[in-house]
Amino acid sequence: MSQFLDISGLNARIDADGQEKEILRGVDLVIPPGEVHAIMGPNGSGKSTLSYVLAGREDYEVTSGSVSFQGKDLLEMEPEERAAAGLFLAFQSPVELPGVNNANFLRTAVNAVRRARGQEELDAVNFLKTVRAAAKELGMSPDMLKRNVNVGFSGGEKKRNEVLQMTLLQPSFAILDETDSGLDVDALRIVAEGVKRLRSPQFSALVITHHQRLLEYIVPDRIHVMAKGRIIHSGGPELAQQIDREGYTKFLAEAA
Amino acid sequence: MSAPLAVTLEPFRKQLEGVSGQPQKTALEALHHTGLPDRRVEDWKYTSLRFLAGSVFHKPGKNYDSAKARAALAALGLAEGAVAELPRLVFVNGHFVADLSVTKGLFACSFYTADKAEPGSLVRSDREPLAALNTVLAENGVVISVPEGIDAGQVLLVSLGQADSDAVSYHPRHSVHVAKGGKLSLLSVQAGEGHYLHNPVTEVFVAAEAELRHVTLQAESDAAANLSTLYAQIEERGNYDSFVVGIGAALSRHEVHACLAESFAQVHINGVQRLAQTQHGDITSVITHAAPDCISRQTVRNVLDDRARGVFQGKVLVEQIAQKTDGYQMNQALLLSGQAEIDAKPQLEIYADDVKCSHGATVGALDDDQLFYMRSRGVPEGEARQILIDAFLEEVLELIGDETAREVCKTVIARRFPVSEEGA
Ligand SMILES: Nc1ncnc2c1ncn2[C@@H]1O[C@H](COP(=O)(O)OP(=O)(O)OP(=O)(O)O)[C@@H](O)[C@H]1O
Ligand SMILES: [Mg+2]
Repeated sequence: MSQFLDISGLNARIDADGQEKEILRGVDLVIPPGEVHAIMGPNGSGKSTLSYVLAGREDYEVTSGSVSFQGKDLLEMEPEERAAAGLFLAFQSPVELPGVNNANFLRTAVNAVRRARGQEELDAVNFLKTVRAAAKELGMSPDMLKRNVNVGFSGGEKKRNEVLQMTLLQPSFAILDETDSGLDVDALRIVAEGVKRLRSPQFSALVITHHQRLLEYIVPDRIHVMAKGRIIHSGGPELAQQIDREGYTKFLAEAA
Repeated sequence: MSAPLAVTLEPFRKQLEGVSGQPQKTALEALHHTGLPDRRVEDWKYTSLRFLAGSVFHKPGKNYDSAKARAALAALGLAEGAVAELPRLVFVNGHFVADLSVTKGLFACSFYTADKAEPGSLVRSDREPLAALNTVLAENGVVISVPEGIDAGQVLLVSLGQADSDAVSYHPRHSVHVAKGGKLSLLSVQAGEGHYLHNPVTEVFVAAEAELRHVTLQAESDAAANLSTLYAQIEERGNYDSFVVGIGAALSRHEVHACLAESFAQVHINGVQRLAQTQHGDITSVITHAAPDCISRQTVRNVLDDRARGVFQGKVLVEQIAQKTDGYQMNQALLLSGQAEIDAKPQLEIYADDVKCSHGATVGALDDDQLFYMRSRGVPEGEARQILIDAFLEEVLELIGDETAREVCKTVIARRFPVSEEGA
């Protein structure tokens, strides 16, 4: 079976101060091409962990299961190879890079990915034009391109910067880990529009969120509920309202 | 001299024979007494001169390979851009080479001769054995005097070493005087090929309201030793703004003794070291606040890979008279390998009661979260590491006020440490 993204029986753990801690306990999830799926679930259920494992963070040890992405074994790839293959993760907590200029970093990343994809690199002038236009669409001040990556950015500014990176890297699969948290209403709409602009039969996304609101803008094809390291329930977009009203108690009880 | 030679001086036996001149004889006597320091000497606890033992250092002749010298200058990026336009003084194996130098536009400049090693100088041959060795063996060097109120612009001073089968040592004696209200920006570049010892001593006088910007780029041969000693005296409202970049040599020490002699004087002794393999680099300084209201600033960053070892010793001495002293010292190290090492010894000695002195030190590795973040954006690991290292150094290199000098330093660092394809 060659789905766009196919996660099967994924188990992962972390070594937390010498103690092995199981976090993902058999995640099964299939995302077909062109679809946007959402994951909701209580704090600490493993949503960010899943996104890190997909992006290739080495702290997590995958103990069993598999992930195939566009027919390739994702877990065998280095993080930068995954990015080149089209995977993008918008971090729940974007990392600050003191001393690294935001525009330069964006250009380095974009050109690294273009090189790996066999595309021509962008020269400084062309790149600057593209990045300025993209930043403007996201309502970012040009000043943020001159600053160091995420350093001193407000919570909302960091999230917009993630979306800017996503826009420029042109992924075929984006994971947005609570990109809506900390955004004001206007920013939320702008971010949602950023995702919408990418929507196409060649683009899929996994949106991790706690709020129904974002899902009103980006209407997902499927919503999955994650708890204790597994997907315990899946449904259509209407699931968001139900969770908003009733919380997770019912699903947790069913899964138990 | 019939006194037996100290074991540590054995590598220089031949050169030390037949010394004439009174300052030289006095220095030699002191040297006979102490020998070169070993690690039992407190100030040399972290840096061993054993590297010198076992070699015989010859006095270099005046012959040199001109094509090689020109290639070396080009490799250092000195043949292109703004720096290529500067007046330059080039020494090969300690000898001045007119053919490689450009003296047009140079202000009052002459050469050191052995009879100038007068006792009125700042050099303490009685205290620093390497300075004593220099005093005994110095034959050349440059004397730059910037007249009162004159802005003498920028000057490039280059030392190239060329050693083949025979190891050589050269011991230049430089001095720079900037008279009242004068200005100078001096870029000193040290490089070479083969096994040699470069043991320069530099005296710096910054008179009232004068300013000297002084950047030293130490990019010596991997097989060489660079043991530099620098003495500076700064007078009222004068500013000695110095920066050292250490990337070369198997063994190096940059030792500075700076005295803020009159009020409102300033000194900056900043630097970076970027070392790999088994390189050993030492930045040692003693800053004396001998007058009130003076400022001293010191920020040093080390990036150490493989089994490289960095040493930072920074002493700030605030005399009783030096009220309202404002001192700042920071030493930071980024260790790229588990076997790299930094030894840091900050030392504050304060005898005045109304002073503001702070110091600090940090040691760390590259941040995994930052690396992962960059890699997740498609940046290959080697490039991501390089970006973080550059960012760490960049913040300090920005302290180099002279843009031409800063660019030369950055170019040479980048050429020596190109981005690795694989990462570590
Ligand atoms: N590096 C780590 N060290 C120790 N525990 C960890 C580590 N990373 C994750 N965990 C633990 O794994 C569990 C899942 O964390 P994760 O961040 O994936 O949850 P989440 O579903 O994203 O939660 P939230 O909704 O609060 O963002 C939590 O209990 C967390 O404390
Ligand atoms: Mg999370």
